[in-house]
Amino acid sequence: MGFKKKERRGMPEMNTSSLPDLIFSILFFFMMVTTMREVTLLVKVVPPAGTELEKLEKKSVVSHIFVGPPADNMRAQYGNSTRIQINDRYIGDVREIMDFVAAERQRMSNQAEQIINIKADKGTQMGYITDIKEVLRKSWALRINYTAVQRK
Amino acid sequence: MPGLNTTSTADISFMLLIFFLITTSMDTAKGLARRLPKPPDPDQEDAIMDIKARNILYVRINAAGRLWVEDEVNGPGYPDIRELRPRVKEFIKNEQNLNKWPEKHVKNIELLGNCYVTDKHVISVQTDRGTPYDMYFQVQNELVAAYNELRNEVSKEKFGRLFESLSPEEKAAIRQYYPQNISEAEPKKYGGDK
Repeated sequence: MGFKKKERRGMPEMNTSSLPDLIFSILFFFMMVTTMREVTLLVKVVPPAGTELEKLEKKSVVSHIFVGPPADNMRAQYGNSTRIQINDRYIGDVREIMDFVAAERQRMSNQAEQIINIKADKGTQMGYITDIKEVLRKSWALRINYTAVQRK
Repeated sequence: MPGLNTTSTADISFMLLIFFLITTSMDTAKGLARRLPKPPDPDQEDAIMDIKARNILYVRINAAGRLWVEDEVNGPGYPDIRELRPRVKEFIKNEQNLNKWPEKHVKNIELLGNCYVTDKHVISVQTDRGTPYDMYFQVQNELVAAYNELRNEVSKEKFGRLFESLSPEEKAAIRQYYPQNISEAEPKKYGGDK
């Protein structure tokens, strides 16, 4: 009957003192591998697919320009035609990019390495992209990057 | 003294963890890196006019996304996007030293010595305002792929390794051997505004 005796004793409580440490290490892992979401996308972007892609290494020197049709919740107000977004708003004139590039350059420590990332929807007409490129050339932001997804 | 009660630390750190999970994104941004030419110099217009016809490969994409390629050897044509890469490669290489493809001349490159290169070639990409961005991107991707393959070929031959794994000095030498000369002149503005 020693078997029954054992059962009456019950389970000892589990030691959870290392649980905070465990969670903290997960937390630190996520803090390191992720980046803060800087802007909310106001345009809908389906990037093109390519094979010769490179990773954007230094996040601190990258500024983003988004091009595409307005996001679903903005469509009622802005319709369907292509919009260019910088920071948190649509721009009315591509020349506003000049100010944006200059302002972004100001906050960078290594200004010569500035990269402008163009995240454009694949259905965009080249006219918009060409206009942006011309403005970027004029503002001497010559290193650009076209956002894309890896193919195959 | 009794030990500090730390039962809630787990909850606190869980909350922090969830906060970070929500506010951050893990997407590693990838893309095609390009370099724009310097802004045009008002004193020096139409520099492309000085380039010999044999050195230019014209690549045009019309508003319907159709590809059009012309060089002196093959003449104009509408190739498929998959034919672009081999065509660009053989144009840049000019293995048989044809007098209708880019001129070859001897160039002394550090680490490589005297090489027979075609560094005067130009690939001229022209688009229409209505060209779909996707098609333009695919063309750019193919051009970069062609250059990457050529560079890999020559770095394998000279250093026995892929271009990726070379030292910065070796990479610079290979870049001199096969410089990327992609020109994107002002696009034609036919077909209305925007």
